[in-house]
Amino acid sequence: MTNKIIYMDNAATTAVSDEVIESMLPFFKDQYGNPSSMYSIGREAKKAIEDSREIVANCINASAKEIYFTSGGSESDNWAIKGIAYAGLKKGKNHIISSKIEHHAVLHALERLSRSGFEVTFLDVNEKGLIDPKDVENAIKPETSLVTIMYANNEIGTIQPIKEIGKICKDKKVLFHTDAVQAVGNVHIDVQDQNIDLLSLSAHKFHGPKGVGALYVKKGITMQNLIDGGAQEKGLRAGTENIPGIVGLSTAMQIACSSIDERNENLSKLRDKIISNLLKIESSRLNGDLEKRLPGNVNMCFEGIEGESLLLMLDAKGICVSSGSACTSGSLDPSHVLLAIGLPHEIAHGSLRITLSDQNTMAEVDYLLEVLPPIIEKLRSMSPVWNKGR
Amino acid sequence: MFYSEKVMDHFSNPRNVGEIENADGIGEVGNPKCGDIMKMYIKVDNGIIQDVKFKTFGCGAAIATSSMATELVKGKSIDDALKITNKAVVEALDGLPPVKLHCSILAEQAIKAALSDYYKRKGVDPEPIVGKIKDCHESCPVSE
Repeated sequence: MTNKIIYMDNAATTAVSDEVIESMLPFFKDQYGNPSSMYSIGREAKKAIEDSREIVANCINASAKEIYFTSGGSESDNWAIKGIAYAGLKKGKNHIISSKIEHHAVLHALERLSRSGFEVTFLDVNEKGLIDPKDVENAIKPETSLVTIMYANNEIGTIQPIKEIGKICKDKKVLFHTDAVQAVGNVHIDVQDQNIDLLSLSAHKFHGPKGVGALYVKKGITMQNLIDGGAQEKGLRAGTENIPGIVGLSTAMQIACSSIDERNENLSKLRDKIISNLLKIESSRLNGDLEKRLPGNVNMCFEGIEGESLLLMLDAKGICVSSGSACTSGSLDPSHVLLAIGLPHEIAHGSLRITLSDQNTMAEVDYLLEVLPPIIEKLRSMSPVWNKGR
Repeated sequence: MFYSEKVMDHFSNPRNVGEIENADGIGEVGNPKCGDIMKMYIKVDNGIIQDVKFKTFGCGAAIATSSMATELVKGKSIDDALKITNKAVVEALDGLPPVKLHCSILAEQAIKAALSDYYKRKGVDPEPIVGKIKDCHESCPVSE
């Protein structure tokens, strides 16, 4: 088994599935037409895009007209947040509400707005990483134009009370955007029932290709142009469409959204086995909520060791995982998410994130559980901050 | 960010890991907040560093620089050991990614901290000989 890569970093990206690749290939080869052209191969390409739009919309109970294709989650987040912020400004609204555990695509977009004079409230989360909808309600002011709260966290897997937050925003007449990049394909999403006004998603998180995503914008909301040019995406995001990518996105999304329940049953079995076994290790802790959690997410801290070392040693055993340690982020601070749930720096540095997909097997989980404890023991034996038999 | 083969070798098979009982000098640098702590133990005889061991909490580069630093000072005179700079550690490891350079500074400081402790135990003021040991914030800028 050591010759094969065991990929357990599916929150970073996923392998493109064979069906998805098959669905994309014709649009590289024979159906290469420009969707804006009137002849047959152009019309075929146009139809492929509109069919894809319909599929994506159906998966989240939206209508096709409300779906805009983008280059991925970060673009969708930026477009939604900046677009609504500047549209709001014209009506005298300059306040946005978000949380401290958002993805950097949201946080950094908001920080930029904040430097441009917008007021941004970053709500705290509790020790499990959950937002209290009451805090959202209390933070809303007459100047608030937007609430943006992620659906499920990319590091600790916590699933937020989206419907409750959506209801509050609806009642208070404030727009609600959610970064659902980690959630789509893993949980059932219904933008109407959950009162979601804007939603970001990315194909490569559910076995689709990289570089393509979508933004759902509820009918009636006026968006600012993202890219000026041709008439693509109703003129809001010009540029010849990434047709193979869009087709790959919709194929992957259809497969993912039609098999959520059965995949989750298997995934949570694998996840729970990892969690229960790793919690037996002395001075270990699970980060995030046990119940309101993505089915494939494990995030643990092991005292006395540093996450990057752990990651490198697992890599040497052929296992790909990730860490919230500072060292993997290129900065010296550990993950802002782990700090936001109240972990001290020294513990946050020792975090390990394992994210599973339906391509992982119980045999792989068993192998992980066999190799990980001795690695932790080795690193602790080298650590000056780990005291034996504490 | 990628590590050289030398870094990976010293990370995977670190040299001189452990503690020295009855060490002549012990130095600890770094801070759990930074995510790097190095503890260096030395045994000195006739002005020669006869033995050196380390324990490190930190990333791959922290472990590799600790290991390399111990290799570089082992068997050397104190004078020669004090001449070892973080640059020498980096060069011996065939380079470090820029974000990891602070680890090599920490390794240099760990040696100096151990030697400083050695002089203190002998009742000698270490500062004129070893220089000032930088604290964590100078080698590891934690932003908050």
